[in-house]
Amino acid sequence: MPEQDVCDLPGIVARWQHDPANLVQILREVQESCGTIPSDALDRLAQLLGVPRVRIESTASFYAFFHAESHGAYEILFSDNIVDRMAGKEALKQYFCERLWLEPRKLSEDGLVYVDDTADIGLADQAPALLVNGYAIPSLDKARLDLVAELIRARKPLADWPPMLFEIPDNVRKPGPLMGEAFAPGAALKATLARGADATLAELDAANLRGRGGAGFKTATKWASCRKAEGEAHYVVCNADEGEPGTFKDRVLLASHADLVFEGMTVCARAIGARRGFLYLRGEYRNLHEKLKSVLAARREQGLLGRNILGEDGFDFDIEIHLGAGAYICGEESALIESLEGKPGKPRNRPPFPDRRGYRDQPTVVNNVETFACAAKIAEKGGAWFAALGTPQSAGTKLVSVSGDCKRPGVYEYPFGASVRQILIDCGAEDAHAVQVSGPSGTCISFREFDRRIAFEDLATAGAFMVFSRERDMFEVARNFTHFFAHESCGFCTPCRVGTSLLKNTMDKLAAGKGSAYDMHEMKHIMHILRSMAHCGLGHTAANPVVQTMEKFPDAYERRLKRLDFEPAFDLDGALQTARLITGRDDAWAHLANE
Amino acid sequence: MTEPKKLKVATCSLAGCFGCHMSLLDIDEKLFELVKVVEFDRSPITDIKHCGPCDIGIVEGGVCNAENVHVLKEFRKNCRVLVATGACAITGGIPAWRNNVDLWDCFQEVYHYGIGLENGQIPNDPELPLPFDKVHPIGEVVRVDHFLPGCPPPADAIWKFLTDLAAGREPKLEYEMLHYD
Repeated sequence: MPEQDVCDLPGIVARWQHDPANLVQILREVQESCGTIPSDALDRLAQLLGVPRVRIESTASFYAFFHAESHGAYEILFSDNIVDRMAGKEALKQYFCERLWLEPRKLSEDGLVYVDDTADIGLADQAPALLVNGYAIPSLDKARLDLVAELIRARKPLADWPPMLFEIPDNVRKPGPLMGEAFAPGAALKATLARGADATLAELDAANLRGRGGAGFKTATKWASCRKAEGEAHYVVCNADEGEPGTFKDRVLLASHADLVFEGMTVCARAIGARRGFLYLRGEYRNLHEKLKSVLAARREQGLLGRNILGEDGFDFDIEIHLGAGAYICGEESALIESLEGKPGKPRNRPPFPDRRGYRDQPTVVNNVETFACAAKIAEKGGAWFAALGTPQSAGTKLVSVSGDCKRPGVYEYPFGASVRQILIDCGAEDAHAVQVSGPSGTCISFREFDRRIAFEDLATAGAFMVFSRERDMFEVARNFTHFFAHESCGFCTPCRVGTSLLKNTMDKLAAGKGSAYDMHEMKHIMHILRSMAHCGLGHTAANPVVQTMEKFPDAYERRLKRLDFEPAFDLDGALQTARLITGRDDAWAHLANE
Repeated sequence: MTEPKKLKVATCSLAGCFGCHMSLLDIDEKLFELVKVVEFDRSPITDIKHCGPCDIGIVEGGVCNAENVHVLKEFRKNCRVLVATGACAITGGIPAWRNNVDLWDCFQEVYHYGIGLENGQIPNDPELPLPFDKVHPIGEVVRVDHFLPGCPPPADAIWKFLTDLAAGREPKLEYEMLHYD
């Protein structure tokens, strides 16, 4: 295990240009090389960066992957999405802990290993999965966990672990124009340079490309507005903080089609006049980092990044990768920008939107990974080609991440307009009962709605598609999601910070068999408050899973209700047991009837 | 001319500090107006020990022991409208700080290791209310109709709240009465 003095703070800070805006990256490197971010490191960083300690601390304490106390030489985080649970994650985690004589969330006596849960890590097609010191291991079973336990006991450095543990297949089941066709790096850029910036925007407009992150804002409008906005510099940001549980298509795009994504960003740079771009890669995708850096290096060599791109005088653009540190909220574009600026990922007030005031308050385009990939394709093949795919209001194809109860989980590419039923047939989910579309913040649809279509005008989706069979308890699905939101709320606004916890507690109360109609009523009330009062989309949608499953699967709730009026949240008599033991009392007044 | 029927009000303090009751008394001269429209049943003000059927029950403090539960259930049974008054009743408040301390440690510190104690014993008289391992907001034990926040709620807020209820209106507090920063 690295000792604290191994941590070369001045070196790390120098590598990040002594710029406090790079604080998240600096802290990430400190965490990775020291195993913790100790308190005295915060003091030292404050000195080195010339900012108050509280600024360092507020960032360090915000992100889930940063911690002041040691998590040992090996930190094991089990992905805790409902799909992982359905694949037996709880039992496997217990098995693993027993093998190593561990308790979850407690550093082992010898300071070697620490086990905990984390939010979905983007491997729902290969669930259950875990992160060891930030690197993903998919498709867990007892044999693989035995191997991990042995390697830990032998104290083998992570670099010497068998590479097969970390192999992550793409699982592309149905390729389309985006994933199925070969792409020659530079093709889209050459076309863009030949066409010019104005014509490129016109092509994008004709293509009717809409943002793939879920909201579906028209990309050409965003780019044109950013281009027009005045500022000292323009920026391109690719949102690869793919945190929505059940989504993993960006993982595959970045693993196997990174050139397409980077090329899309470069096309954007040309269109809006940017010289600097960022790929904000979620911390859970640490395993892709080196590979992406080598793709960037190769593109610089090919003259596709850097100074005078493709020989065009004055066309300078380069891309940096920033890694996230375990915060779902950073998928929200303004929170992502805050994180890029080295701050806690708390959403800004919008408007102004990033196209006018984004990174360092300058005009910034923030788009999803898939959007940039589409933009590159459009630059290469033209807007009319793209607009001919899909439906009139939703042009092109959509990558869908399918997981859960189906025979062939993985990434599917469909023209917009494909029906849910079609997708279910293709992935082998004959007995599907419900589908969570677009993750916990999206829409839960029941078997009655399987004829709905994937399109902005019907079922808008960022791409997650979690399938649940008849045997699954939709209440437990919703309960898992309430735990997720309570954990991921950034804490900035009270309705969300408190509301998500109240929802979680009430769902736990129902799960413990102590529910009443009153609790159902209360949850609806909380939902109303979240929708109308929360600061950002996380809070607005946090109650969706509960409200929608309540509506579509009322049985799952009703059989948990004990009575109509009210039921205490805890076991009244049981809560007196400790005091009975301490005082030795067993008289009538030392008991309470649980009626 | 017959006087309109007075509202019956019961009040109690569970795991609280009586600060909310003090704040009620802080309505000062309006007390005279108040007693024109309300009549107090069980309350520290009247020293009546058990309450009969009431219109409004005002509960201060959270639930920290078995006796609190008996009182609270009596209030719920008898009061048409039950109001959780103040931070402790609503969230557990300051008494709930002990929720982070193990009950064993609590008792040991108080009865065995406290400064000046010799041969201390943990009391076990049935007359003493038996404590819960944690302090709970009253909403976790009975259904609550209204929450009146504050530590304590300002006298004006209590006055507005009670007069709204007495007039048969849905109680509504202006933002200024609800925010404290």
